[in-house]
Amino acid sequence: MNMMMALLGWVDDRFPLTKLWKEHLSEYYAPKNFNFWYYFGSLALLVLVIQIVSGIFLTIHYKPDASLDASGIPEAFKSVEYIMRDVEWGWFIRYMHSTGASAFFIVVYLHMFRGLIYGSYRKPRELIWIFGVFIYLALMAEGFFGYLLPWGQMSYWGAQVIVNLFAAVPFGIGEPLSEWIRGDFVISDATLNRFFAFHVIAVPLVLIMLIAAHIMALHEVGSGNPDGIEIKKNKGPDGIPLDGIPFHPYYTVKDILGVVVFLIGFFAVVFFAPTMFGYFIEVPNFEPANPLKTPDHIAPVWYYTPFYAMLRAVPPMFGSQFPGVIVMGAAIVVLFFLPWIDRSPVKSIRYKDLRTKLALAGFVVSFIWLGYLGVVSASPVKTMIAQCATLVYFGYFLYMPYYSRTEITSSMFRAPLVALYSIVTLGIIWYWWAGEVSAEITAVISLFTLAYTTYFLILPAYVVPAVVKPVPERVTK
Amino acid sequence: MSEEVDQSKRRFLVGMTAATGAVGAAAIAVPFVKSMLPSARAQAAGASVEYDISKLQPGELITVKWRKKPVWILKRTDQNLADLASLEAKLTDSTSDGSKQPDYAKNEHRSRAENKNLLVMVGICTHLGCSPKHFPDLAPAGFEEGWVGGFYCPCHGSTFDLAGRVYKGAPAPSNLEIPKFKFLNETTILVGDDSEGTA
Repeated sequence: MNMMMALLGWVDDRFPLTKLWKEHLSEYYAPKNFNFWYYFGSLALLVLVIQIVSGIFLTIHYKPDASLDASGIPEAFKSVEYIMRDVEWGWFIRYMHSTGASAFFIVVYLHMFRGLIYGSYRKPRELIWIFGVFIYLALMAEGFFGYLLPWGQMSYWGAQVIVNLFAAVPFGIGEPLSEWIRGDFVISDATLNRFFAFHVIAVPLVLIMLIAAHIMALHEVGSGNPDGIEIKKNKGPDGIPLDGIPFHPYYTVKDILGVVVFLIGFFAVVFFAPTMFGYFIEVPNFEPANPLKTPDHIAPVWYYTPFYAMLRAVPPMFGSQFPGVIVMGAAIVVLFFLPWIDRSPVKSIRYKDLRTKLALAGFVVSFIWLGYLGVVSASPVKTMIAQCATLVYFGYFLYMPYYSRTEITSSMFRAPLVALYSIVTLGIIWYWWAGEVSAEITAVISLFTLAYTTYFLILPAYVVPAVVKPVPERVTK
Repeated sequence: MSEEVDQSKRRFLVGMTAATGAVGAAAIAVPFVKSMLPSARAQAAGASVEYDISKLQPGELITVKWRKKPVWILKRTDQNLADLASLEAKLTDSTSDGSKQPDYAKNEHRSRAENKNLLVMVGICTHLGCSPKHFPDLAPAGFEEGWVGGFYCPCHGSTFDLAGRVYKGAPAPSNLEIPKFKFLNETTILVGDDSEGTA
């Protein structure tokens, strides 16, 4: 034991090991009232480890090579089948990796939802949120690059469609930009090789650095909690927050429970439904990439479909698909502004009124609806619903400066962005009536949209304050 | 010599050092960025493709690979050509002004005058790059009304007539691309090259 202590002392004189342990674990005081929603941060970290470890072992056998063998099978596709059939436990490692990709997004979406309900993005945690949105973007890029690697039909045509989105950029930039991304005039071996490089080294490095920044910023200001109270405001005589408990052992032990439950579900999928009925691995991807033939129905993997549905919902304007690309990009960019458009005096949904809860419910329902619509093939009615859901999605953010406030000021009604958004809403309703969808359906969707807009835009001026309950001094159970 | 630090000189030198470093960083980025452009090999892989059309039946479509893209060769019937003339009002760009094709294919049938029935076309949708499907008789679901044969893109539902002209209301902004091609003799075509003279 003395030897161990001496060794630790030797290390501590040269590297701040004990200091780091204390700062981030044994003496990092987290609020004592974390609930279910606070599992997903540590679970995201767990999935990251699963992805990195399983990924390393996949690269040992995988070949990023689109050239065809004697029987016309691409080498990359063949190496994945080789992993599945001939490599010992290869199927297990690969299914862990493919299930891990979807699990990552499930966990991250729930983690972000936690941020929305408890106001985790509010001052002083704006940078934690911004780093988080960058992590989400990096994760989407990582998933996209990785999906090309098996070189199946869906890999190929999915990448074809997404890279062509960049070609939609006007002013002569788009075409050269998409060639720069592909390294060729079509998706080819050059594209596969570089996507492999991005997937296994470039994006993971960025991800890890962003996650480090995310956690460093979190530990600098301290964790939020379901009451939205700053525990650092109530410190005991020893300088420790009265409502804080050390992360280790309290939350390490709590998180282990989360890990156990998560892993039961995770491995249930890996063992019993690794393709998740075509949602985690799409059926056409079991067919090698064929540049001459598009599958009958193509859709991105489920975690991108809400944005894909938005892309399809925007009709081409001025002979270009670019407006749709802008809307899709804006759906993510708007997240960055969240800390500043939320004007509520309280953080947590527990103390907010019905308007905030309805706006959030609308946001969640529209996101799930868009996710569904992005999976199925389009029709005029579905496109109209997707347009309506897109309006509700953006409404959550753009009307937030209104419905999150307690008092009404005249300047709120001069906000140009909100005025513009209301005009766009009316324009879209007008556009629906010129379409080919039956008058009954058009009437229902138009009425809903009008009611939604009116409720969040005009009603705040006449109803109760946005805070319905006083926030207590100390955290509640 | 004065003991005082000349702050303005120091600021100037720091600024100059930073600016020089920035220029260096920008310069070193050029080779990395440019290395990602299509390589010389990718640019050279544009050889033209010969195809014997003597066995092609009326109404038959075959797909050949040119520059790694699908190129369709379709022998249209006389009825098909007659139908093309009746579609004008339903098309976004019936005269192909905003679409890509060689001058000799910028006409209603979008083909060479010496063989109007033969359509040679890049089978890549101008929307987001999927490959549309040939629907010669049966209409794709939802487009039954007045369907006289054409192409349908499964990805985003764009429809095209048998000259690759896009129907109104489709997400695709322009007609399908016609590549350069020429007849080497009565029964052989060359896709990707239309230069006069030997060949």
